[in-house]
Formats: sequence, structure tokens, C-alpha cells
Amino acid sequence: MWEQLLEDAPRFFGIWNLMFLGQALLNTLLLSYLGAAFGFAIGFSLAIGRHPRLYGIAPIRLLATAYVEVFRRIPFLVKLMCIFFVFQLSGAQASLFTIALVTVVLSAAAFAAEIARAGIEAVPTPQWDAAEAMNFSRWKVLTRVVAPQSWRVVLPPLFGYAVGFIKSTSIASQIGVMELTYAAKILNTRGFSALLCFGTILIVYFLICWPTKRFGEHLEARLGRRPKV
Amino acid sequence: MNYSLIYSQVSEHIPYLLGGAILTLELAAISFLVGWAVGLTNASILHFGPRPARLAVQGYVTFFINTPLLVQIFFIFFVLPDAGILLSPYAAVAIGMSLNAGAYLTEIQRAGFQSLRREEIDAASAMGFSVPQIVWYVVMPHIAKALYPPLSNQFIIQVMTTSIAAIFAVEELTGRAYNVNSLTFRSLEVFSIVAVIYLVLTLACSLALALLGRWLFRVRARVF
Repeated sequence: MWEQLLEDAPRFFGIWNLMFLGQALLNTLLLSYLGAAFGFAIGFSLAIGRHPRLYGIAPIRLLATAYVEVFRRIPFLVKLMCIFFVFQLSGAQASLFTIALVTVVLSAAAFAAEIARAGIEAVPTPQWDAAEAMNFSRWKVLTRVVAPQSWRVVLPPLFGYAVGFIKSTSIASQIGVMELTYAAKILNTRGFSALLCFGTILIVYFLICWPTKRFGEHLEARLGRRPKV
Repeated sequence: MNYSLIYSQVSEHIPYLLGGAILTLELAAISFLVGWAVGLTNASILHFGPRPARLAVQGYVTFFINTPLLVQIFFIFFVLPDAGILLSPYAAVAIGMSLNAGAYLTEIQRAGFQSLRREEIDAASAMGFSVPQIVWYVVMPHIAKALYPPLSNQFIIQVMTTSIAAIFAVEELTGRAYNVNSLTFRSLEVFSIVAVIYLVLTLACSLALALLGRWLFRVRARVF
């Protein structure tokens, strides 16, 4: 096993393979960070649409809650397949990357909505009362009272969830998106040893995920230390 | 969009799909229980063990939390045969999921261990308790109630994670969905039904675990 590894390694880390893996890494990064960014934006809107003192009017609130509950309780793979076939059957010309991106966005939105809700609920009730007594509009309550205080609570866990989505994008290899896991499968099919292919991308995934997670923990410690406003 | 959903062809396969749900629950239960045991051992090592063992456990947890489960199972399934260990798909998935769950459950239980008061452990060791005895008789009764919600949450996550087994041709819920799909070609219908089954399954598990928690700890836990 080890002799084969030493023999394979120089061939495996040749310039073409590295470019191939680099392209795949770029796709993984784009898919996860772009997906998480859009998803979190939608998730915040959902959380605002669920809070009765913000924009939580009955039908919006119900829809947003149903969306969050449903999308958090279906596995990523099944969501991916559903969205894949919706695109396929509707005849829309979408790339596999777009389909995977839509799936990441939709799942990230559901998870971010829950985090944002916890952030909004961290604002004490007297402040809501005070803002209403001063005749603040909903928008003003959100931008002047809620957002400045809740971002400290909301921001750190988002990085933990971002790591979750980096890891979920490996499942997008199932529909043939050219990301790290799929690249490893292709290289493995081309005859490189499984240890090199999967071992390499395990390390690459680790090198993306670990700093992201550490940054989130760093933020949590830093933002948690400051006195609350 | 001129596609009409036709469920009649798929509906006859629903019992078959539900049979897969049983395998899903089985896989989730196995990986959760093994992961829980691994997590408890690791958390004990982190709290009581010598420094090299602590470092090893921290390395294990950091590595498994920061890499995708799918690639971990790929590694187990395709690399270990080179070293002479040939695993069935089911075994590979079960081992991968258990190790992965073990890392998360170590983190959860470590947090529980930290909430203990130093004096209680000192008292127990003064009375001649060994480390396993301290963990089982002193630590666990204290933290069980606090740990129950995150643990049951982890179980729900395990139920959803089992869908990855389908990629390795294990015939659990998603795996059977692939089978029905290649039989009927009613793809969207099959996967929408499976999505609903997962929804019902996880809701049922949440409900059952919440009720179990109420009965075990006599607390009025939120069901949803």
C-alpha cells in the first residue's frame, strides 16, 4: 500500500491534476459561500416575517414557519433530488451548478431563519415597548433597535452553519456538479489510488472548514465579552 | 411548465418505501448509540485523561467535525480495502456515521462535563470511586437532564443523515426511492413522497423523544 502511494504521489500531484482540483475547489467555495450568503439573507427576511412585532402578519408568519420547519426536516440529498427534477421537468435550462446553488440557498435560508429568530428574541421586551411608545415604525424598530443588538448573537453561529454547508456541498457530487468530491471520484476512476484522491480532498475540506469554524468561535468569544448595549 | 404530476404509479410502492424508513431508523439508532458511547468515552478522557490522550481525542473531534461525512465514508469504503479490510456498504456507512456522530456527541457531552462542580468529583474520588464509576454514578445523573435536548436533537440529525447511505446503495428510504425512480421514472413524484416521509418521520421522532424526556425527567419540554 505504501510503496504504491509513494509511486503514485508525484504523478497525482502533477500540474494538470492540481489545476483540476483547483477548479473543483473554486466550485466548492463558490457553491458554499455564495449559497450561504444568499441563504442567510433570505433567512433573515424569514425571521423578520415570523416575528409578530416586526412583519409577522398572520399569512406571512404561517408560510415562513411552515417553510422553516419543512426545509429543516428533509435531508439535503432529498432536497437536491427534488429541486433537480423540478428544474429538469419544468424544462428550464439551468446548469447543475445553479441547481446545487439553489438547494444550498434554500436550506441555508431555513437554518439561518432559526438563528436570526434567536437573535431577535434576545432583545428584551421593554425595548420593544419603548420603541412602540416612541411611535417607531416597524422598519425603524428593526433597523434602530433590533438589528444593532441582535447581530452580536446572530453572527457567530452563522459561521458554524457555513461549515455545515461547505460539508453539504459534497453531496452535490451526486448530480454531477464539478466540486471537490466529484473531482476525487473522477481521479479515482482514472486510476489514482483511493487513498490519494479521498485523502487529499479530506485535507482540503479540513483546510477550508477549520478556519471558518475557528473564526466563528473567535467572534463568539470576542462579541460575547463586550458589555451588552 | 407542461408536466403533470401523476402519483398513481408511485403510490403502489409506498409500502416498499416505508419499509426503507425502518432501515433508516435502524441505521440512525445504531450510529447514535455507538456515537454516544464513543462521545461519552471521549468526554471522560477530555476531563480525566492524560495529556496525550486528550490531544488525540481533540484531534479526532476537530478532524471529523470539519470534514464532510460523505467523503469520510468514501474513504472508509474505498481506501480500507487497500489495507485488506473489506466492508459491506452497510457496515461502511454505519461505521462512518458512528465515528462522525461520535465527534459531535463528544462536543455535546464535553459541555455537560464542564458544568459539573469540582468538589463533587473530588468527593467521589476521595471515596475511592474509579473514573468509570465517577462518570456513571456521579457525572451522568447530574448532566442527563441538561444533555437530553441536544442529544435528542442529534438523533433527529442522524435520521436525516442516513440518506447519505443511498449513495452507497444501502436500501434505506432514499436508496429505495432511487430504486422506485428507476422502475417508474416518476422522479419528482417519488422524491416528493420521500420528502414527506422524512418530514413525518422526524416530526414523529421529535414528538416521541419529547414525550420520553417528559417521562424520564418530569419536565414540561417544548415538543416543537
